[in-house]
Parts: sequence; structure tokens; C-alpha cells
Amino acid sequence: MASEFVQFSLTPILIGSLAAVACALPGNFLVLRRQALIGDAISHVVLPGIVVAFLVTATVSTLPMLLGAAGAAVVAVVLIEAIKRLGRIEPGAAMGVTFTALFAAGVLLLEQSDTSSVHLDVEHALMGNLESLIWLRGTGWDALVDWRALQGLPPELGRMAAACALVALLTIVFWRPLKISTFDEGFAQALNLPTTAIGLGLVVVAAMAAVAAFDAVGSIIVIAMFICPPAAARLMTNRLESQVAWSVVFAIASAVLGYVLAGYGPGWLGAHNAVSAAGMIAAVSGAILALACLFGPHRARIGAGKEASPV
Amino acid sequence: MTALLDALLLGAGYNAALVAIGASLLGFAAGASGTFLFLRKRALVSDAVAHATLPGVGLAFIAMVALGGDGRNLVGLLAGSAVTAVIGLLAVEWITARTRLAEDSAIGAVLSVFFGIGIVLLTVIQSMAQGRQAGLEGFLLGSTAGMLFQDAVVIAVGGSLAVAATYVLRRPMTLVAFDAEYARAAGVNVRHMDLAMMGLVTAVTVIGLKLVGLVLIVAMLIIPAVTARFWSERSEHVVWSAGLVGAVSGYTGAALSASAPALPTGPIIVLVCAGLFVFSLFFAPARGVLAAMLRFWRFQRRVHLRQGLLALARAEPIHDAFTLRVLRQKGLIRADGVATEAGRAQAAKTARDEHRWAIAREVHQDTALTGRYDGLTPIEAVFTRDEIAEFDRRIGGPTMVASGGPG
Repeated sequence: MASEFVQFSLTPILIGSLAAVACALPGNFLVLRRQALIGDAISHVVLPGIVVAFLVTATVSTLPMLLGAAGAAVVAVVLIEAIKRLGRIEPGAAMGVTFTALFAAGVLLLEQSDTSSVHLDVEHALMGNLESLIWLRGTGWDALVDWRALQGLPPELGRMAAACALVALLTIVFWRPLKISTFDEGFAQALNLPTTAIGLGLVVVAAMAAVAAFDAVGSIIVIAMFICPPAAARLMTNRLESQVAWSVVFAIASAVLGYVLAGYGPGWLGAHNAVSAAGMIAAVSGAILALACLFGPHRARIGAGKEASPV
Repeated sequence: MTALLDALLLGAGYNAALVAIGASLLGFAAGASGTFLFLRKRALVSDAVAHATLPGVGLAFIAMVALGGDGRNLVGLLAGSAVTAVIGLLAVEWITARTRLAEDSAIGAVLSVFFGIGIVLLTVIQSMAQGRQAGLEGFLLGSTAGMLFQDAVVIAVGGSLAVAATYVLRRPMTLVAFDAEYARAAGVNVRHMDLAMMGLVTAVTVIGLKLVGLVLIVAMLIIPAVTARFWSERSEHVVWSAGLVGAVSGYTGAALSASAPALPTGPIIVLVCAGLFVFSLFFAPARGVLAAMLRFWRFQRRVHLRQGLLALARAEPIHDAFTLRVLRQKGLIRADGVATEAGRAQAAKTARDEHRWAIAREVHQDTALTGRYDGLTPIEAVFTRDEIAEFDRRIGGPTMVASGGPG
């Protein structure tokens, strides 16, 4: 039982949790800045980026794909901004135009190019392959201290851990400017903080987290983790520090619970096949958000007091 | 090329013709109803609605199989998708109204969670005996390969109904989109209109699932409206031009995709639409980028021309290269910088008009008139001929400086 868990479930759970945390950290600021849908846009444009990288390099290696995806994210952000300014169009519509067009281009490129020999398709991009990130050499808990066994860990684990650590580090280092410019942009400008650069940097970090997570877990988790844990955390507290802490807790809880439910839940119900872990993780994060919406101590808008809500 | 021409003329086969007609009807309905969404600044709500259709498709399939049916019946699947789409929409509204979360967070949360649940259901279906050939993945990106006549009829009837509903509701929806407060005061039930608008969007989304898929149907709702907005400032024109843009991209996209292999219908339609958008962004009159650049360029020329003429009138040297070029192109100065006959005449006129304006500011207390002085508006456009004659009388005739000053 233990060996089976370590072999087949430990690494996916770890990778899922790391991906969830990496997305939830920048997600806190995106939600507060009302830019939550940037995460949605980024995860759509990652597809054309990856396809272009594949067409240029003709291999499915990680680095070019990450670069392609990050490049596509930056291109998308620039395009959104350009359409907004040049066409004087409201941000939501500009975003909708950009990411759907780029996504369509990605699907077309994918169909046109011969990718049948490699594992690259739209469904994979959407759902990821969390279940396949197993650790065959992890035959028991003692494998955790066995160097030979550790070398057999899926490379996604190291990559995701590095990405998560980088995102966490950046969040800590830029905490003060981020916090100030998120809550009071005018004050931040008065302090001579480069608010435009901070905003762009946040989007780039979010894109990085999305791209790293996308490779392992697919874009559903990416969007869900950008928004659901931070949004739920927002309803729990009025302090940014505790909000970020709550969001990390919610992200990890979604990843662990979601994976366990997807892997073992059908068995409890008497079915044989596991269901999509990525989908289940998103569903659990939604359930957490729903609970927070119903019972979160700070769920109401300030000013919309008890007398205003006729429940 | 002939293959494309064939397809454009509906000659590429029965199925392709069905798809092309269905796509243009759908495009028209999506463009027209999407315009109100865009004007109401809620374009991305459609993204949440579109993704929320997926669990409905899965649940409908499971329910139909459990009842002993085929499971692939399009009407049944679409009905199921409509149910969860409405639930998703209500969830967005509920979160926005009842919690402190902003609409964008609500949209993102609903779309990812519903989509996740949908994916879970799809994996459940794949493990069912009847689910192996369900082909429900086709709803993600649309699939027209196996489209049946009855599917096309569903799309055509649904699209026509959506267009008719848009036509009936266009006035109150326009009112609400521009000024919800005024609409409320005028007796329009804003909440009902919002629901009607979102209902239309949901209907279009559901109808479009088979054709362009749930990821890209958002494009059909947003891009035509944004494109049409470039061409007109009048909302009713925007609504119908958006419908036209949607229909043209639907038709052309479907034909293009039928003309060659490996051209998936949904993405091609969206890309044709995006092409029209980019064209409009640059070349639309008045609101396009090119028009704005031309406007700026003309303005710059007029400013330089006036400054140059004033300098000529005062016999001041001109150093600015652009000013010299403008004057030279207009034949007002010679290559060596000396004013031509026409240049002297126009310079004199500019200087006199400047003087007239100065008098006008003394005489007239009406700042609405004198306030229009910006150096570029011709004085004839503001004052009548009699008034200008009066200014000229006050300026007086030419005087001889040498004979001992004015007098």
C-alpha cells in the first residue's frame, strides 16, 4: 500500500501542489488588481507559443517550449495593450479578441504541422498529464533517502519546485512595492515606484508560473489556481499577509484533495477507472471558493452591511 | 484556388454547403447579440458561459445513456449544455452581487471550475462502455466532419431565432447598454433586459458548440462587435454590421476549411474574423489607426503652414526644415527661401486675419465665438461677412510710416 502510494501518487500530488502554489501567489495580486482574467488569457496563448517552439526546433524539449510559451504570453500582453490604446477598446474586449485569435492560430498550426509522432495535442494542453508523472523507482518510503531511486524522479518535479521557489522569492523580495502599487497606485507613484514596471513584472511572473505549471498539469489547473484560492482567501481576511497564507493553504488543499478524489474516489464508489485529476483539482478549488462565498467571515463588500443584504 | 471557389459557391459537397450556411447564420446571430454584451462592457462573461456548457454536455450524455438512448443526440446534448451554462451565468452574477469579489474573479472562477468538472465528466464517460465513440471532445474545438442534416437544421433554426430576438429587443437593450440609470427611469426593467441579453448569448453559445467549440465561441461573440464598432458611431449600425462581419467570417471560414485538408472549421472562422478586425483597426475611417495618423499629419501640416506664413509676413527667417518643406510644396516660397507672389499674398492674408481676430476679441464679449480662435479655424467660418467688414473698418487703411506716424 505504502509503496504503491509513493510510486504512483506522491510525485503527482507534490507537483500538483507546487504548481497550485506557484499560480496562487501571483494570483492574489491579480485578483486584487482586477486582472484575474490575465491568467485566463495567458493560459490560452501558451498553446500557440508551444506549437511555434515545436515547429522551430522540431523537438519536444522543455527549454524551447518554455521560452516559446513565455514569449507568446508577452506577445499577448503587448497585443492586448496595443489594441486597447490604438483602437480605444475596453480592456475585457481587447483581451477577448487577442487570446481567442491567438488560440485559434495555435490550433490551426497544430493541425497543419505534423505532430502525430509526438505527444502534443489540444486535449493534453488543456488537461495536462498529472497522472503520468509517476516515480517508478520509488518503491517505498525509504526510497526518499535512496540516491539511485531519487534520480528516477520525474524531471517535472524539479522544474516545478524551482519555478515555485522563484515565484515565492520574487513575491517576498518585491512584497512592499507590490502591495503599495496594488492598493494605491497613486500613492505608489508619489513614492517614485515604477508602477508600470511592477504591473508588467507581475504579469510576466504570472506567465512564468503558468508556463511552468502548464507543462505538468494543463491549463485548467492553471486558470483555476490563479483565481479560486486567492478569491476564496480574499473572503477570509482583510490583511494581505493572511490572504496570501490562506491562498497557499487553499491551493495545497485543492491539489491534494483533488488528486486523491480523482485517483481513489471512483474506487470508493465502486468504479474502476480514475477520473481526470486536473479537472478534479479545479472542481475542489471551486468547492472551497463556494464555501468561502457562503461562510467566509469577510465575504460581504464593505458598506453592504447586514441591513443591505436581504437574506 | 478552384477548390476554394467551389466551396465559396457552395459547390464543395452537400455537407460543406450545410456547414457554410449554418456558420453564416450562427455568425450573424453571434455578432448581433454579442454587440450588446460588448457595449455593456461585459464581453468576457461569455467566456464563463461558454466554458460552463461542458459539464452539461457530459451530464446530458450520461443521462441519455442511462435512459437507454443514443447519448449523441445533438438536441439533448445542447439542452444539457444550456442548463449548466445558465447555472454558470447565475453563479457569476451571484458571486458579483453577494460577495466582495469583482466580476473578473467571478468569471475566472466559474469558467475554470465548470470546465474542470466538465473534464472530470468526460473522463467518466470515456470509461463507460458507450462512451468510447462519444466524440464529446469535438465540443471543445468544434467538429464539422460528421455534421448531419438535422444538426444543421438545429443551428439554422436556433440562429434565426436568436437574430429575431435581437431584432425585437434591440431598443431596450441599447438603452440599457448605454445608460442603465436612464433606462430604469424610462420604465425599462434593467434586470430583465440583462437576463434577456445573457439568455441570447447563452443561446448563441449553445448553438455554436458543435460548429466552433466552446473555447472559440467567445471569439464569435466579441470580435465582430469590436470590429463593427470601428465603422460606426451609431449603435443600430454597429449591431447589424457586427452581424454581417460574423456572417461573412462564418461563411468564408467554413468555405476555406472545406477547400483543403487540415483546416479545422472553428479556428479558421475565428482567424478570418480576426483578419477583418485587424483590417478595421488600421483602415476604418474616423476610428482607424491610419485615419488617426492622417488626421495628425494634416494637423501638423496646417500648424507649420500657418507659422511659416506668419513668419513670411513679418519677414522673419524660417529655420524649421519641415515648415520650409511645407511652404515649398505649396509653391509659397522658392527653393532659395524667398516668398513667391502667392506666398506673399497668403502671408498677407494670414497676418490680416490674425489682426482681425485680435480686433474681434476686443469687440466681442461673446467668448463662445472668440474662444474658437485656435490659429487654424478660418475667421470666415466664425464671423459673418458684415462683422469682418466691421473689423476691417476698425483696423483702418494702410498708413505711411515715413510721413510721421499714424493719424
